[in-house]
Amino acid sequence: MRHRVYVEGIALWAPLLPGWELAREILRSERTPTANPAPRPAPTLLAPTERRRAPDTVAIALEVATRACELAQRDPASMCSVFASTHGDLAVTDSMCDTLAKTPALVSPIKFHNSVHNAAAGYWTIGVGCEQPYTAVSAWQHTFAAGLLEALTQTVVQQDPVLYVAYDIAARGPLGTMATSTGLLGAALVLAPGPTSASMVQLDWCARPAAAAGPSRASAANGALVAGNAMSDCLPLFEALAQCGPRDLSLLAAPQLELQLELRPA
Amino acid sequence: MTPLTVTAWTATSAAGAGRGELLAALRTRTSGLRPNDFGPAPLTTWIGRVAGVEDCVLPAALQRWECRNNRLAWLGLQADGFLTQAAAARDRYGADRVALVVGTSTSSIGASEEAYARLDSQGQFPVDLQRPVVHTPHSLGDFLQHALGLTGFALTVATACSSSAKVFAQAERLIAAGIADAAIVGGVDSLCGSVLFGFNSLELISRDKCRPFDPERRGINIGEAAGFALLEKRGDGPRLIGFGESSDAHHMSSPHPQGRGARAALEAALERASLPASAVGYINLHGTSSQKNDEIEARVVAQLFPEATHASSTKGWTGHTLGAAGILEAVITLLALETGLLPGTLNTESLDGDCGPQIRLGNADSAVDYALSNSFGFGGSNCVLAFGARHTH
Repeated sequence: MRHRVYVEGIALWAPLLPGWELAREILRSERTPTANPAPRPAPTLLAPTERRRAPDTVAIALEVATRACELAQRDPASMCSVFASTHGDLAVTDSMCDTLAKTPALVSPIKFHNSVHNAAAGYWTIGVGCEQPYTAVSAWQHTFAAGLLEALTQTVVQQDPVLYVAYDIAARGPLGTMATSTGLLGAALVLAPGPTSASMVQLDWCARPAAAAGPSRASAANGALVAGNAMSDCLPLFEALAQCGPRDLSLLAAPQLELQLELRPA
Repeated sequence: MTPLTVTAWTATSAAGAGRGELLAALRTRTSGLRPNDFGPAPLTTWIGRVAGVEDCVLPAALQRWECRNNRLAWLGLQADGFLTQAAAARDRYGADRVALVVGTSTSSIGASEEAYARLDSQGQFPVDLQRPVVHTPHSLGDFLQHALGLTGFALTVATACSSSAKVFAQAERLIAAGIADAAIVGGVDSLCGSVLFGFNSLELISRDKCRPFDPERRGINIGEAAGFALLEKRGDGPRLIGFGESSDAHHMSSPHPQGRGARAALEAALERASLPASAVGYINLHGTSSQKNDEIEARVVAQLFPEATHASSTKGWTGHTLGAAGILEAVITLLALETGLLPGTLNTESLDGDCGPQIRLGNADSAVDYALSNSFGFGGSNCVLAFGARHTH
């Protein structure tokens, strides 16, 4: 079964791709990437006292979620959302495991709040006052496309716009040898069931058994900008969105399941 | 929504392995809670620990996923012949057409905790735990996909205590969109330091047996469980007729003071099921025995439902099984529809003043047509499931 949705909002943030406006030009090879990695975006949705101690997952997720909604000119409080992260907050998990191994009674309540996989989604709905449902998901190496498939499914079944947010951060400590991820990477889309004045891309999609050809890849130069991050599989789609032209893509949503996408300018 | 039939379903918790043992525990009001004996320095509390998890051995082909959470998942699959029924569904529809959507709060984080407790002299993970798949949240979904021989959509949902309730909603959407023809949903959460000491840091752990809705309640008991359900468009069995999801938009670990999110999820479930509140015979409450949850949930239930609705918390039997609570309590709700056993509330001596006549301490035997299961979680994520008895087809 094929379905159609429209992309209304796009956001991307990585230290070498800090924000969609710049990222779009860099991914189109119209601008040279900056030599200096950008500092972590400030989670301005949070109270000033909470901004500095917010974990990286929350900072990156809130940044791209906010920017995608702005571009779509949609009220963030009005949308269901899907938050996807391969590993969750690896830094908080490292710290929790370390404390549990040494002094378990000293686990901090803030760390525990931040350790749950739905922390970023929870802070997002609190920050924007959104009473619509969210979900928080993971599918290991296939998290980006699996989460996108859930967001696409919600959009067509519920016939309402959906915010999709995907992110991963750098691993720390001994856990980093098993759950490998470096840098920060956040990506977000606002998907709508029908065309509006904000539509940027028409997206036809279906899920089907994976073809032997394998998933689409970003160009080597673009791929290198986010290499090492567990969410780097988002890049082929964002490269295609940056290039604006018609483009067919295949992403792996499970080891043997392909999410096939046809992008056309709206 | 178009109802889905629950053609196979099972749960394994401290209250027993499979539906038969669970039903017997509910009927005889036998709690599965025991004094906390988990880990090297156990907190003073009670826990819902599943018997036999330590002795369970995964088949050789599944050793890569070895850890407490996946062993509990494997135990859960054996109960009630679920593994056999899942295999039959896979053969009937095709391995790529049965979606797998499972919930957990902490997945196999226990394996990561153990690795940190046993780091080698170079600060590296011990060799037996150098298996990346057990140190990531999708450990559960990946294990189950291989254990069940499925090749289609597979996702792990982690929205804390609502996780394995939300999987029913997601399965309904996947089937409606034609991504799958049937779905295996469920959830598994196991005892680990993160949740015991994490909830302890929030001062939410009770030193004594939990007492949902009791004015003297002092917090929750953590439990572990595994449960699964097979959802199909056709077949014989009780039916999933609705669901409601919402967010509190209030606080990470405290519910909205007026219960706005809980109420919105209940109303959405009733609306999707085209069901008046007066038709609901039984509600399995979230009823964690925390001060705030029980106070707010009791008030919302009193506002929305008639006196005749029998509502109860079964946490006194099983403890709060967190990411597995949704599926465990969905199974208890399905048992109520199938057998007419409406559980009461265990360990609770009297009911808090916020409780209306709906919340019952004693069990009842009464055939009901429609029932709900509430799951309200950390991070303000709420989900209510609505089920109909098989004769309501």
